[in-house]
Amino acid sequence: MSKIIASAAISASHHLFKTAEEMLEKAIAEKGKDFVIEFPDTAFYLPQIYAMTAFPVKTLADMKVALEMAREMLHDMPEEKLWKPYLGEALDSGMATLFCEEIILALRYLNGLEPVTDPETGYVYNGFITDTIQRNLGIQLVDGRMPGFAAIIGAAPDAEIAEKIVRELQEKNILTFLSGQAKDKNGKLTNVTQQLLSRKVELGWDTYIVPLGPDTEHTLYALSWSIRASMIFGGNKPGDYKAHLKYTKDRVFAFALVLGELDEIKWSTGAGAINMGYPAICDTDVPVIHPTGVCTYEHVEKEFDHKKIVQRAFEIRGLKVTVEKPPIPVAYGPAFEGERIRKEDMFIEFGGQRTPAFEWVRTKELDEIEDNKVIIVGTNVEERFKAGGKMPLAIVIDVAGRKMQNDFEAIIERKMHHNINEAQGLWHMGQRDIVWMRISNQSYKDGITLEHIGIIHNTMTHHRFKSIVDKVQTTLYCDEKDVLELQEQARAVYRERDKRLGGMTDETVDTFYSCLLCQSFAPSHVCVISPERLGLCGAYNWLDCKAAFEIDPTGGNQPIAKGPAVDDKRGRWEGVDKYLKSNSAGAVETLNLYTIMDNPMTSCGCFECIVAIVPEANGVMLVQRGHTGETPVGMKFSTLAGTVGGGTQNPGFSGIGVNFITSKKFLFADGGIKRIVWMTKNLKERLGEDFKKRCVEEGVPDLIDKIADETAAEDSEKLLEFLTNAGHPALEMEPMF
Amino acid sequence: MDKTIKSASTSAEEIIEWGKQHDIETCFDRALKMKPCPIGESGACCKVCHMGPCRFTGKNAEEEARGVCGATLGTVAARNMVRMIAAGTAAHSDHARDMALTLLAVANGEAKDFKITDVKKLYRVAGILGIEFEGRPVNDVARDVATTFVEDFGRQKGEINYTKRAPQKTQERWRKWNIVPRGIDREVVEAMHRTNIGVDHEPDHLLTHGLRVALADGWGGCMISTDISDILFGTPSPIKAEASFGIFKEDEVNLIVHGHEPTLAEVIVDTVNEPEMIEYAKSKGAKGINLGGMCCTANEILMRHGIPTAGGFTNQELGIMTGLIDAMTVDVQCIMPAIGELSKKFHTKVITTSEKAKMQGAVHIEYDEHRAKEVAREIIKTACDNFPNRKAEGSHITLKSTLIGGFSEEYIAYMQGGKWRASFRPLNDAIMAGRIRGVVGLAGCDNPRVASTGIHKYLATELIKNDVLIVSTGCGSAACATAGYMTPEMALENAGPGLREVCEAIGIPPILHLGACVDNSRILTIATAMAAEGGLSDEIAGMPAVGIAPEWMSEKAIAIGCYFAASGVPVIFGGESPVGASKEVTKIMTEVWFERFMGALHFEPDPEKMLQMCLDYIDKARENLKLRKYEPGKFGAERVLMDMAARREIKNTAHAGVGGINESQG
Repeated sequence: MSKIIASAAISASHHLFKTAEEMLEKAIAEKGKDFVIEFPDTAFYLPQIYAMTAFPVKTLADMKVALEMAREMLHDMPEEKLWKPYLGEALDSGMATLFCEEIILALRYLNGLEPVTDPETGYVYNGFITDTIQRNLGIQLVDGRMPGFAAIIGAAPDAEIAEKIVRELQEKNILTFLSGQAKDKNGKLTNVTQQLLSRKVELGWDTYIVPLGPDTEHTLYALSWSIRASMIFGGNKPGDYKAHLKYTKDRVFAFALVLGELDEIKWSTGAGAINMGYPAICDTDVPVIHPTGVCTYEHVEKEFDHKKIVQRAFEIRGLKVTVEKPPIPVAYGPAFEGERIRKEDMFIEFGGQRTPAFEWVRTKELDEIEDNKVIIVGTNVEERFKAGGKMPLAIVIDVAGRKMQNDFEAIIERKMHHNINEAQGLWHMGQRDIVWMRISNQSYKDGITLEHIGIIHNTMTHHRFKSIVDKVQTTLYCDEKDVLELQEQARAVYRERDKRLGGMTDETVDTFYSCLLCQSFAPSHVCVISPERLGLCGAYNWLDCKAAFEIDPTGGNQPIAKGPAVDDKRGRWEGVDKYLKSNSAGAVETLNLYTIMDNPMTSCGCFECIVAIVPEANGVMLVQRGHTGETPVGMKFSTLAGTVGGGTQNPGFSGIGVNFITSKKFLFADGGIKRIVWMTKNLKERLGEDFKKRCVEEGVPDLIDKIADETAAEDSEKLLEFLTNAGHPALEMEPMF
Repeated sequence: MDKTIKSASTSAEEIIEWGKQHDIETCFDRALKMKPCPIGESGACCKVCHMGPCRFTGKNAEEEARGVCGATLGTVAARNMVRMIAAGTAAHSDHARDMALTLLAVANGEAKDFKITDVKKLYRVAGILGIEFEGRPVNDVARDVATTFVEDFGRQKGEINYTKRAPQKTQERWRKWNIVPRGIDREVVEAMHRTNIGVDHEPDHLLTHGLRVALADGWGGCMISTDISDILFGTPSPIKAEASFGIFKEDEVNLIVHGHEPTLAEVIVDTVNEPEMIEYAKSKGAKGINLGGMCCTANEILMRHGIPTAGGFTNQELGIMTGLIDAMTVDVQCIMPAIGELSKKFHTKVITTSEKAKMQGAVHIEYDEHRAKEVAREIIKTACDNFPNRKAEGSHITLKSTLIGGFSEEYIAYMQGGKWRASFRPLNDAIMAGRIRGVVGLAGCDNPRVASTGIHKYLATELIKNDVLIVSTGCGSAACATAGYMTPEMALENAGPGLREVCEAIGIPPILHLGACVDNSRILTIATAMAAEGGLSDEIAGMPAVGIAPEWMSEKAIAIGCYFAASGVPVIFGGESPVGASKEVTKIMTEVWFERFMGALHFEPDPEKMLQMCLDYIDKARENLKLRKYEPGKFGAERVLMDMAARREIKNTAHAGVGGINESQG
């Protein structure tokens, strides 16, 4: 019965509190109370505590204050008979447990004990989840590629079952966190991480399987990560705990799969998670809690059948996942995109400077092609494939459809990378004539043939572009002669496409597109995407949106009739304002696309980089997600991101996609790229030739050398010195405000 | 000849039997001897002027009988009803006035023995009243709160403050029918005026004002009283306590506080364990001092301190007959004058303490909030002094029951989600899913005219078997507590399958003790919170909820019944109807009120019919709300699986209760 759970949750919170208290006292004795403490790469201090209370733990002394908050949530155990109510008390105890666990883990970082290295396998767990990872995942969280999150705690009866469960979660695109341990069917204390390693399953963010640590306490990393989403994407303020818990309940589709026996700490951590709306599904005979209300549906459920446990978990969390799987003999889904195939695991490869290879999408008339047909052209193809090694390969997809337009070819082509990569044991990188593809020994053994590559493309092109394409036919050319010959035709088309796209400006179109995909996480954010300004996540440009609208007219990308311009220079249109008002839940009234100084665009939280004003330099700085160093505005990316995201307008600051920097409309009203006084080396390298071209166009060919990076300055004083020495044009420009 | 069962409590029955053998008469005997006057009982007697009393009897009394002034039966029955409402309202509200004045005295530093115990509640109340509280000294806030409440009593125009605490739609109904109280005293005075000879004669018009008076009771007097008691003495949270006559101790001084007001009792709780008092008791040969309660004062200190209760109204004489009570303090309301005379046959000292209430056979030690502890010590010493006088005789009972009490609106929200997720979502969800069929407020007096506490016990067991969650107050609580029903085990062993799951998940008894009879106001705020949470009705009206007072006897019960009816809750009272002679008035109080407010006040003496009527109301409300049809053992939330598109549609409304899926499903 539930009293058992409550008693365990309450009991464990007392123990963890004591542990945290002792560790903290010891740390204070050793390091002094003013010793600074932090998790790596986060702007949210101890995120769970900060989200719930708005109290920033910066030093060991602060930690003591936070621990006292946990003490207030401790309760007496329910009595054997004639007990007093325990649910509220158990939930409080669960939250106290999360506070204590966060303190314990932060202190373990202080002592160099995190992330944990597995003593048996040498595997290094992920440990704390950084803000950068959260923002990197942004777009996947909203576009259906990562619709839910599982925390697997404990160990499966054996490694095979562990793999089956995790593979099912991968196929359903669920991001899986691993923590805790339990006894397997042989009585050995182990965990799912070790079990998966024994089955050689590739672990990591790219494969959607993230081992956090070997203890139950490490589950906190997943929880403190999920509550950060409320601050990063939801725009909810630290301390607004009701908003956070509503956000996690309504928008973060997480659940726990508890494998093996439960101890008190598991129950107590689970009670903490239930506060956030995350239910637990156990594979052992546990007491259940069915009445709903804290979670959306059941709070604790049991399911002994490991074949059903994932599906049951979805039902209990209220999660719907639809996946399209091509008829191939291996698993398929975004979770397999990140797999690598090392040389020794490779069966055959194509392209990658080893053989000629390219990919090309062409538009055909409906009667010119046969739907779903795969044509393989070449001599002795089957034999050559079976021999393994390498082969030339041209993949040409011919599509036909009444709504098909030439502009969509590039978009369909760009998806070819994902089409292949999402298959387990198939690996792909690059596009057009710089592709490189590998097939693993295992997938060859599983029965993958060349024809399957065509089948994958046919199936997925239909699935992704169902209202644009009516027929799809894929041809694979395997003889070098054919490949080289066709490649020339393809290259001519690539060049023509680039030219057309390059000439497209905001002025040449009447319609912009919105991107509302992030509204599942950032409810008031609207991306306005024009030909010269792509989405801030970098994933959606104007053409992508146009195609997406054709595919799904009621979906996340909607046309915005620009209407008459209100301000040409700043980039404001009547139609855009009108659209914003009705689609931002009333949060945003007006928007200027070409300035950051006056009603700039809002940011959801998954922007690729931030442009921020540096007032003393009369210019702006640019820093990309993942940069962990200081910046001249005195904030690291993670802190800066905290002030920019959440769907609010912040004059002087904006989140943008990297490719927007080389657009002519970048800071058009503020003076353009000449305003850039600082940008990271990484950005300089990524933008490369395109940026240099823009410098020439702006009449300052050596601008890139006048822009400081982290090697020249990390504070404003040094920055000014550098700029003055370099003679940066921004110093002579009109004041920004 | 069959023995007449006088009480459904075996302990009580045992004492009654013992009394019979010793020739001691109690209310149970007097109830048998004194048949109710059939004319007065049904509301057909008018004695508002000295041309009468007039009686309205005969076959066609409704149509043909007229008083000397020409009054019809309808007029007279309605007038009698309104006067009962007014008297009940006056009682609660005068109690509330004293609470408000005490709070003011505390804020002004004039009542040193009291303090603001629950600052959080003070701030909550201040927030509701629109009084600034952030950054201000606590006493300044308390003074403003007290003054604002005091104004509610004497206000001539406008609306009493707590009107705005009700759901918007409930307020709209009140305004539409013009029953929003202006000032508490004004409504009572106007009721007395209107029912005076020759003023208001139209039954509906009279009864409409009756509802306005009743609302002044519920959303005025009662609510003010509850809130101030919480502010001064703490908002209750679950606590273990004991009930029945077994709480008296043979070797300790038994001091019983009986009546309704919590102030003096609270000070006695504070004082009784002072070493000086314990020493004093020991000097008189006792091992210590055993403080217990009776009636609603008992409920007040049980809810906050776990002080045991010797039971409700009909136990007061029986308590004295145990011979174990050394002193019994009484203040106001429901004090039987019989105990003064009865106490002479035993050693018990009855001590009257209110300046408003004295009785023959009692000593008077007047309570004064300015020197509260001094008075308390005097009372305790009086009890101790009397300990050596205890005689062997009396019916000693050792049986007692344990209960879990202490459920306030605040705790009920807390227990459903803890500090961070407190809400009414789980309760609303459980009702929607059919785990809980509905909620019943089981309250009111116990009455010697039936097998006392028997109907309470019958309904309590039947309702929980039918998956109905019970909230109880007053002597209804005492009846259920004494019967041992207010335990979490009761849910596991006797509740229906759905209610059992909910009680088990939270760890609660199936009957939640909300406090004294003034604390019926807690039911109003709970219903308001349920409306705000969403998924059921968006006002109090239309909820699958019913009020029942099966053994009512006090005019206060009538006032309570009417304020529930006016707030939108169908109410069923036991016993014969005090307006039963008039079909017209009965129709107004049932059909007409239901049409206007979705509340009603029925009188139904048959317990089985009461139960059926109650379940019918609940099921009908479920049907109107389009909730899943109640079927025992069959329940479950409608499952909606969300894909990404559905998630983008989730409305981004802030919601106090961290609410569930319904708001997101639109």
